[in-house]
Order: sequence, then C-alpha cells, then structure tokens
Amino acid sequence: MLHASEKFSDLDALYSPDAKVATSMYEDADLFSEEMERIFKRTWVWVAHDSELADKGSFKLSNVGLEPVIVVRDRKGEVNVLVNRCRHRAATVCEVKKGKTSSFQCPYHGWGYGLDGSLRGLPYPEQYGADFDKGAHGLKTLRTESYNGMIFATFNDEIEPLVDFLGPEVCRYIDLFMKQGGGFPVKVLGEHQFSVPMNWKVQLENTTDAYHFPVVHKSFMQSLDGDAEEAFKFLDTGKGYVEDLGNGHSVMVMIPERIDLDEHLDDPIEERFQPLVKELRDDGYPEDQVLKIVRAVGGAGFNLNLFPNVSFSLAFFRVLTPVNVEKTDIRHIALGMEGGPAAANRMRLRLHEHFQGPMGFGSPDDAEVWERVQRGTKGGEDLPILVNRGLVDETPGTLGPRGHISAETGMRAAYKMWKRMMSR
Amino acid sequence: MNMISNVNDLGLLQKVSAFLWAEAALLDDKDYDAWLALWLTEGFYTLPIGEGEDFDNQLNLCHDNDRMRRDRIQRFKQGFSISSAPPALTVRTVSRFVIDSAEGDTVTVSSAEHVIEDKFGRQRVWAANMKHTLVVSEQGFKIRAKVVRLLNSDGVLNSFSYLF
Repeated sequence: MLHASEKFSDLDALYSPDAKVATSMYEDADLFSEEMERIFKRTWVWVAHDSELADKGSFKLSNVGLEPVIVVRDRKGEVNVLVNRCRHRAATVCEVKKGKTSSFQCPYHGWGYGLDGSLRGLPYPEQYGADFDKGAHGLKTLRTESYNGMIFATFNDEIEPLVDFLGPEVCRYIDLFMKQGGGFPVKVLGEHQFSVPMNWKVQLENTTDAYHFPVVHKSFMQSLDGDAEEAFKFLDTGKGYVEDLGNGHSVMVMIPERIDLDEHLDDPIEERFQPLVKELRDDGYPEDQVLKIVRAVGGAGFNLNLFPNVSFSLAFFRVLTPVNVEKTDIRHIALGMEGGPAAANRMRLRLHEHFQGPMGFGSPDDAEVWERVQRGTKGGEDLPILVNRGLVDETPGTLGPRGHISAETGMRAAYKMWKRMMSR
Repeated sequence: MNMISNVNDLGLLQKVSAFLWAEAALLDDKDYDAWLALWLTEGFYTLPIGEGEDFDNQLNLCHDNDRMRRDRIQRFKQGFSISSAPPALTVRTVSRFVIDSAEGDTVTVSSAEHVIEDKFGRQRVWAANMKHTLVVSEQGFKIRAKVVRLLNSDGVLNSFSYLF
C-alpha cells in the first residue's frame, strides 16, 4: 500500500496547470486526511466574530478543521482558542454551544481549567507526585489573532502573522465589508446551520461562482421586486469581476457601485427599502444617516472568499467545516448593527431568512446542486472537473489575475493555494 | 394543565385534532393552495431557532407573513427551484394534542410532529413541537399563528423542500 503522501505526490494530476480538477479531489478519503493535516492544521482558520464574545467569560464552540475548539474571552479581554479535550482522559470539557462561564470543568474527574486554558486544579493531585507540573497540563491552546473583528486560530506556530496571511487587498475588502454596520459596529445576529453531503472544496468553489446564480437561484430572483431583481442581474450587466487576491483568497465583485457603501449615497433607493426609509425618518434619524443605514442594510456588492473556510458574502458570513471527505457543514451567519435601529436589524434578519439557511429561497437549491456534484463524481472517474472558465480574457489585477464576473478565477486562486500547501 | 372537563371540551379536542390532521395531510400531499386557504391574512408561519419568543427581532429558519407564504408556495410550484423539483416526499404524523387555551373564538393547541422525508433513496427523520393559534370562522378553523420548533433547530440541519 502506498503511503498517503506518496499516493498524492503528483499534485499536477490532482489540479492540472490548465485548471482541471481530478475527480478524486472530491472523493478520496486519504486525500481528505492529508488536507486536514497539511491545510487545516497549518493555516489560519476562522473561528468566531468579536461580537459573539461580547463579555469576559463569553465563549462559543467552533472547529479548526476536524478539531473541536472553544473560543473564549478571558478576564483580561484576550480571546483564547482551546482544544475541547481534557488533558487527563480526553473528555470534552464543554458541550454548551455558547454562553458565559468563569471556568471549564471536566465532567469525568473534575479537572478545572481557567479561561486561558491553564489547569487550575484537580481532585487529589498528590497521586501524581510532588513534582506534577500543572503548567504543562493546560488545555491545548492555538495561536489566535484577529483582524477587524474576525478571529482566526492556527495550530501552526511558524505561520506568518494573520495580517500578512490575509494581505493588503483582503484587509482592504474586509474594512469595506464592515461598512455595512452603517456607522454602527457589525454584530452577529444569529446563524443558520446545515450539513451537505459534499466535499469541502465544492463549497469553497461556490462562493466565488457567479456563473451559477441565474440558473440555481432563478426561483429566488422571481420572488424579488423589479429593481431588486435588477441588482442581482450582475451577469447580464457584466460590470463585475473576480480577482485573485493572493494566498488562495479572492473577491467576486457583483455590484461595483456597492464596493464602498459610503459612495453613491444619492442613488435611488430600491422599492423594497422604502418602508424602512419611512420608519427611520419617523423615528427621527437625520436624512444623511437614514441613507447610510438603508444602504448598509442592503449589504456589500461583493463576496470576499478566504482560503480555506470563511467567506464574506454580500451581507453575511459563510463558514465551512469539513466533516469527512463527503460531508461538509455550512453556517450562514446573519449580521446586523450593534446599537443600530431595530427596524434596520429586523430587515437584515428577514433578508437573511429570505435567501439563506435550510428554509431559504436560495440555500436549499445550492445544497441540492452541491450534492448533485458529489453524486455525479461517482461516474466517469477519468473525467476532469473544469475550473478553466474565463482564462481566455484574464488581465493582471493588483495582486493576481482578474477575470470576468463569471470566470472561475477565484477557484483557481484557491486551488493554487491548495497545491502550495499540499506540496509542503 | 388544561384537562378535559366536560363533553363540550372533548368535542373541541376532536375538532382541533381533525383540523391538524387534515392540515398534515395537505402538507404531505403538497396541496399548497388548500393549505394557504387555511390561513388568516395577518397570520405568521414561524420556525424559530432555539428557545426565543421574539420572532420579529431574532433570526428564524422562516418567519412568513402572507406575502412570504405565497412566495414560498410559488417557488415550490413553479418548477425552477431544483431542490423542490422534485421535492422530497414526506410522511408525517401529528399527535400529543394539548389544548393550551380556548377563549372566545380562539384556541391554542400544542402538538408533536414527526416527519420522515425521502429523497435520493435516503430517509431523514425530523421531530418538532408545534403550537397552533386557531380562530373559529364560518368556514371552520383558520390559522392565526403556527410555530414549529424543530428539536434541533439550533443545530446542524439539512435543507428543506417542504413545509412542517
């Protein structure tokens, strides 16, 4: 039997220089194990947004690849990411999805840990001898850094700082994305979670795939009013683009006028936002703030896709968690304005429910086609999967190639990074 | 607990049960126009996430007013939504009826719902607590509110091509 790393030594056979993906990329369990080690254990993985950890002691459960972690704000206000596994006999120390606590105690033998993961106490410690080192038995902690509220963790102590991994263009787009706070801090309002029988890379591809939108989301488009429907016809207008931002990241600009939400504030307001305009005016918000809030409620005009697990998608975060080679969990995190008008946040919630999640008008159709990809790979093992669309007219962008709005430039950016990480 | 105390109450439970069973049959049959006709225009059809009660100000799986209900049914029926063309088949049972209150023309009833769906040769099972607010009208009961709390509403679900 070949050792896994030998089996996958020819990376060109898995992702070819002319942008074709081998079928085994979606269905080989050994390759999946390699990816978890070489990618998810070695790079920055998104785990939480700042607003989910509002206070000292606030925590939530998350994942870094296959590893369950606790993300918690300690007494000093620092965010720690801890592997959810007691150092004694491996039991999870927390099974509450989110909440507030002063410590984590293992339910099996009572080992107690502080919010920074340090081992605080254990029953009858004398049986370990006088030289037992509590300092060496804390919960395993991950290196943790954040940018503009987005918290990432990594098992790799050697990796570059988060801001260097993101790079200047990604940071610029993150800052632009956060303008949808409309002058208020961006806050997580809730999340939809659903599992799809597909390889994680099928999802990774999708957030940078504008080509599917008018086909898969026709029924969503039909539920929109005229001018809202116009806004989603970005393939017809052809003004958008996809750009490789380096390190596997990419941006897909669908509505260029909505890259910077502080600009074009004089543009006409869509019909569907008129009731909100009236409500904000009636609540006494000054006119310039009304325009800014209403514009922000509509979200940004782009999807920013970070390798390997998070996407800033128009108005929400899309997070993928690989479960096994043919199963991936998806979270659609709804965002709103901390301290902003309740009416604006209500509209954000209803817009999120309209498209996203298990009962949205969009996500179920996405989930269906992703599953169909996974089912389709059972046939024609020798046939490649094409991500070469739009190679014909790519031009140089700031950090990488820029292609047509329907180009698969973002997928190629991700697979380029995939190859880089799998080759070392 | 609101126990059955006389013959009239028993009659109410029977009528309510018959209504909810009929509704369940419409949903399994995907007879959505008939289902829409069961509603009062001002009613909300809500699948909350978690324990919250403030549906307007929280994220739900769905929180449909009349317009959204009609758009949802339109989406199911038009044939452009790949997840609902064809949809999963469902068989459901509704039981454990408890009349929570009956005042004037309004009855609230709690029940349990089990749904088994079938698609791609795979069956999935869903369980939910339901609460209906029903109003007596000349055409029988009308739904003013229906809240369906999936047992794992705040967990990892799958996408749904049908209604609960």
